[in-house]
Amino acid sequence: MQVYGKQITSRLMLGTAQYPSPSVLARAFQRSGAGVATVSVRREAGADRAGTAFWDLVRDLDVTLLPNTAGCHSVREAVTTAHMARELFDTPWIKLEVIGHADTLQPDPFGLVEAARILTEDGFQVFPYTTEDVVLADRLLSVGCEVLMPWGAPIGTGLGLTNVYGLRTIRAQFPDVPMVIDAGLGLPSQAAMAMEMGFDAVLLNTAVAKAGDPAAMAEAFARAVEAGRLAREADPMEPRDMAAPSTPVIGKAFLT
Amino acid sequence: MKITVNGTPTEVRAETLAGALDELGYGGAKIASAVNESFVPATARENTALSPGDRIEIVAPRQGG
Repeated sequence: MQVYGKQITSRLMLGTAQYPSPSVLARAFQRSGAGVATVSVRREAGADRAGTAFWDLVRDLDVTLLPNTAGCHSVREAVTTAHMARELFDTPWIKLEVIGHADTLQPDPFGLVEAARILTEDGFQVFPYTTEDVVLADRLLSVGCEVLMPWGAPIGTGLGLTNVYGLRTIRAQFPDVPMVIDAGLGLPSQAAMAMEMGFDAVLLNTAVAKAGDPAAMAEAFARAVEAGRLAREADPMEPRDMAAPSTPVIGKAFLT
Repeated sequence: MKITVNGTPTEVRAETLAGALDELGYGGAKIASAVNESFVPATARENTALSPGDRIEIVAPRQGG
């Protein structure tokens, strides 16, 4: 998978939040084989140096970092946060979140497009967290986004792919655009389904971090992503309504 | 002068952003900063003068999803 000219080796992207400890986080990443880790920026108190400690941890993961603008509810807030993230993580990549609804954490489509336009013009390579809306997707592409990250379900819910029709539509409308299912996945089977549908990767966090055994769940997701991708490439059969015998009828013994 | 740092009223003697960050214990820390909601690159901190009432945000790398 190639995005913004960079080759990504694993189709599983993993968040770094909510793990019970740094060592559990590190172990989950090791077993997931994830090539991309999402990170954030948050207020730092002068003396505690928590940022430096976290920076040392993620640097040791040896993965590509994708900073986010999580929690931003306005264009200005998201743009300023992106600038701070670019300086801190030394990358033009930004997972752009402009939240429009407090309960669903659904993106604000109008603010998202505006922020994507501003950031793209300023040299950022934007990964927009979006809905499965095809009109919004078109707008995001038109302002310079080269990848789309439609949600599977609201962040942190674990509901999976709640609008399969919409996701199939957006996938079909832009067949050459890299697309990552971002948010809402709870089980590896849902990740496999996303890959079978033709999405290029999945990004998740809570399903792994909040599992009883995060490292095992990380590996389960990794295997599911691989299986789903392999199935997609294997060109699955078309479903049909009526039964069709799999064993040949010709040559069947005539027994009454 | 009295400014606000990460939402907390704070008294500083320094007159520039770089000086205030040093004074508040951020010297050498991996941080990014904004003044009055506008990003200030690290290279511009020395030349960014502070005024009473300014609002400074100081952020660092953190866990994210």
